[in-house]
Amino acid sequence: MATKAFQRTYTQLQSITKATVSLKASGVSNDELATVDGKLAQVVKTKGDNVTLQVFSGTEGIPTDSEVTFLGTPPTLKVSDELAGRFFNAYGKPIDGGPEIEGEEREVGGPSVNPFRRRQPSEIIPTGIAGIDLNNTLVSGQKIPFFADPDQPYNQVMADVAMRADVDKIILGGMGLSNDDYLFFRHEFESAGALDKIVCFINTTENPPVERLLIPDMALAAAEYFAVDKNEKVLVLLTDMTLYADALSIVSNRMDQIPSKDSMPGSLYSDLAKIYEKAVQLPEGGSITIIAVTTLNDGDITHAIPDNTGYITEGQLFLRADSDSGKVIVDPFRSLSRLKQLVQGKKTREDHSQVMNAGVRLYADAQNAKTKLENGFDLSDYDLRCLDYAKEYATRLLSIDVNINTEEMLDTAWEIFGKHFSTAETGIKQQFIDKYWKA
Amino acid sequence: MKSTGKVCGIVSNLVTVQIYGPVSENELCYIKLDGTDLLAEVIKVNGDKASVQVFESTRGLKNGDNVEFLGKMLEATLGPGLLSSVYDGLQNNLATMTGVFLKRGEYTDPIDHSKIWDFKPLASPGDEVEAAGWLGEVTEGWLPHKIMVPFSFRGQYTVKEVAPEGSYSVDQVIAVLVDGNGVEHNVTMLQKWPVKLAVKAYREKPRPCRIMETGVRVIDSFDPIAEGGTGFIPGPFGCGKTVLQHAIAKQGEADVIVMAACGERANEVVEIFTEFPELIDPHTGRYLMERTTIICNTSNMPVAAREASVYTAMTICEYYRAMGLRCLLLADSTSRWAQALREMSNRMEELPGADAFPVDLSSIISNFYSRAGLVVLNNGNTGSVTFIGTVSPAGGNLKEPVTESTKKAARCFYALEQNRADQKRYPAVNPIESYSKYLEYPEIKEYLDRTVMKGWVNMVAKAKNYVRKGKEMSEQINILGDDGVPMSYHESFWKSELIDFAFLQQDAFDRVDAICPIGRQKYMLGLILDICDKHFSFESFEVCRSWFKEVINVLRQMNYCEFESSDFLKYKGQLDNLLAENGN
Repeated sequence: MATKAFQRTYTQLQSITKATVSLKASGVSNDELATVDGKLAQVVKTKGDNVTLQVFSGTEGIPTDSEVTFLGTPPTLKVSDELAGRFFNAYGKPIDGGPEIEGEEREVGGPSVNPFRRRQPSEIIPTGIAGIDLNNTLVSGQKIPFFADPDQPYNQVMADVAMRADVDKIILGGMGLSNDDYLFFRHEFESAGALDKIVCFINTTENPPVERLLIPDMALAAAEYFAVDKNEKVLVLLTDMTLYADALSIVSNRMDQIPSKDSMPGSLYSDLAKIYEKAVQLPEGGSITIIAVTTLNDGDITHAIPDNTGYITEGQLFLRADSDSGKVIVDPFRSLSRLKQLVQGKKTREDHSQVMNAGVRLYADAQNAKTKLENGFDLSDYDLRCLDYAKEYATRLLSIDVNINTEEMLDTAWEIFGKHFSTAETGIKQQFIDKYWKA
Repeated sequence: MKSTGKVCGIVSNLVTVQIYGPVSENELCYIKLDGTDLLAEVIKVNGDKASVQVFESTRGLKNGDNVEFLGKMLEATLGPGLLSSVYDGLQNNLATMTGVFLKRGEYTDPIDHSKIWDFKPLASPGDEVEAAGWLGEVTEGWLPHKIMVPFSFRGQYTVKEVAPEGSYSVDQVIAVLVDGNGVEHNVTMLQKWPVKLAVKAYREKPRPCRIMETGVRVIDSFDPIAEGGTGFIPGPFGCGKTVLQHAIAKQGEADVIVMAACGERANEVVEIFTEFPELIDPHTGRYLMERTTIICNTSNMPVAAREASVYTAMTICEYYRAMGLRCLLLADSTSRWAQALREMSNRMEELPGADAFPVDLSSIISNFYSRAGLVVLNNGNTGSVTFIGTVSPAGGNLKEPVTESTKKAARCFYALEQNRADQKRYPAVNPIESYSKYLEYPEIKEYLDRTVMKGWVNMVAKAKNYVRKGKEMSEQINILGDDGVPMSYHESFWKSELIDFAFLQQDAFDRVDAICPIGRQKYMLGLILDICDKHFSFESFEVCRSWFKEVINVLRQMNYCEFESSDFLKYKGQLDNLLAENGN
């Protein structure tokens, strides 16, 4: 940190916890940054002349007489086109050995877009994965997380989606990323030759957890630069938001806040919403789309983190291992894209939404048949056909290794329907049956 | 002389102020930050310290910054021009704000002062009037917008002058009233009212006696909501809460719709103001936006304004109710408001109640719901505010404080079920667990007898019973197996599936199926119950299943066709044939 004139410096800490320090100081403004014994910290509470600072890298080794210097500004990021192709840490400092960025210094975590200035998202983001494009179509300006158990290949799927998506910039915010995963993303981006459209902000498991709190704000400040100033289509990848929320709970706990559900802070919903709501379709054509990862504990979506996330995001993509097909599939029941109806049948073929619904409904029938089978009952002819259908549907459409276009997905679905069911059993509108049914 | 103060503590958006002079609970103040005024509200006073919640980000605020109290509570500005507007939680007009991003401390006027309205007087000099009395009328969109004696006027007034018919702006004096002491008061088209206080300028609040049609079958037929009634929709995320609410907003039989997007997604608000200006109100043939006001405090906007947003929305509804109009208030979601209360109570270090919510949560919620209702105005006309709130229970578990408190306050309960949503059985309203207390009201029964058909409530009860019985049978079938139960079990299971698929499920995205008038609901339910009342003798459960599936398919095709169109009748013919095959 460069020293500036008139910096206020103190040397007497009143209290130290694992994540925060308190001292007596005056003229301190809310959200202002400071350094404590050379470590970056931020003002989170003032009471009279008592100031509490959250120390991002943890307070290990901080003595009571450490030097505290207030820097006078909230966290900032220098933005310019030079960001492209670079890797940064949580403070926005390069970690790829390259030079510092020259550019305009902007506050991160800034104000939100006036809802009235937003535009309705209407452009499809094709991924080639039928579990997404057919059943849970993504739209630019959307915010959607993958809900996955830690053993699911969510980072791979996310990288696939990012590489296939037709966007101008991809911004990765990695929180508590294992070093292996960090190298995986780096390798993926390099080998796709896409490095010039990537910006990465990385906090690995080797870095202190509280630092993670800066990652989404940094990534989104960069995204806003490209989307608002340059009218570009920006895709932001945030992984793993569960670890971000854990960091929030550490800080709130150290500040003696009363925890709500699952020992998360009461403000979890607002904290997460502030990040996800940065997803936007702007009037000038730029957009920010957010795809995040929320890891689950044994598929439990009632935990406060996935639960609050689900209420904020526009759907969720649920990965699970499927025993019928032996593949990882996008679960059609628990997955949802709330914006899909903005493009289905409008930007895609007219039969899209009916085919999607019929496919999922029949898959539900197959699940019932499966339950019967497990309980040792005889299966009817319909049940048996459902089971066959389910296997084919999972293998040819739900599996994450599918890579075909939407038209092909719809044709495949019609083909599978025709093979296993009568027209009435699908319950699809007659006009589409007449046009697309494949006996 | 207004009181002043200085900032002496900051935690997020809770600021402690050292006060010099008297302040009142809920009084507003401006916190001065480098030339920007941040609006805040007093929520607690303790000695010479006031805790205020700031409606903006407090970034950069310092101890010692000046505070100026305003001597008034948060008020809504009421007058012609509220409809078709998009406001934030503090009633700033979002459309007239400059820039893509919301600027801190930018406050815009809710009403266009330059607009000229054609005024027609309704009162004459010498008339005795009181608060909410009608003095004149302008036309807003297509609605007669009454210019009233301000709600804050107490006691009797005599009209001295009323402006003659002509064109006026909202700030021009349109009447002069004289109070009991002979003091003259000028009245314009604008008035202000503190949002946290209920408007009580009416004669009485009778029990609701009519149904508000929504075009959604599972609501109108199974659990109707009364005009002036209250209802709530709890459900886990992804169960179609918002889709259902938007369907009600589009189709609800009301003159004025106020939608409060409270702590929800900004894109949902965008959807409303993108689509509504294009959509036609099925009851009047006018554009939907003409009767709609949107109050939005989306989830990334300042938390403190969430509470303000629902109160502002309610106040606007009460204002239009006083004109003898039917208003519908939709708030999505009241859980976010409760969470905002929780965040604040937590920062004030109050002792928490269940799930860390403030202990008075229940009374705050019931107090708010009680502001809805049908009222008889002082001039004998009626007006109503129907209120439907959504609740977002944590983890989808209905045993949580917001759901439980709301259940005590609201009369209709529309339980959205994860299981139904997973199976794409939309709207995912559970027909068994949901209820409408209005079906027990004799005046509502009598109304339905008169307007739908004699014995309608019993017919619906019968349909519900088929669904309930079918559910029990399906459990039995699941335990004992298809072959382990008598054929009658299959038959009653499929009868319930018939009601579910052909009546309860409805495609909100299909132009025709999305809206089903009560007359059509009556016809379809009659048709379906006729089938349910029959006894069949199927050879096997396979035959039973496939016959019912065909019947369901035909009935669904009917739902997609214009009522009584040739296609509709063609499918009716197919249905008759199917019935003839199993005719007995």
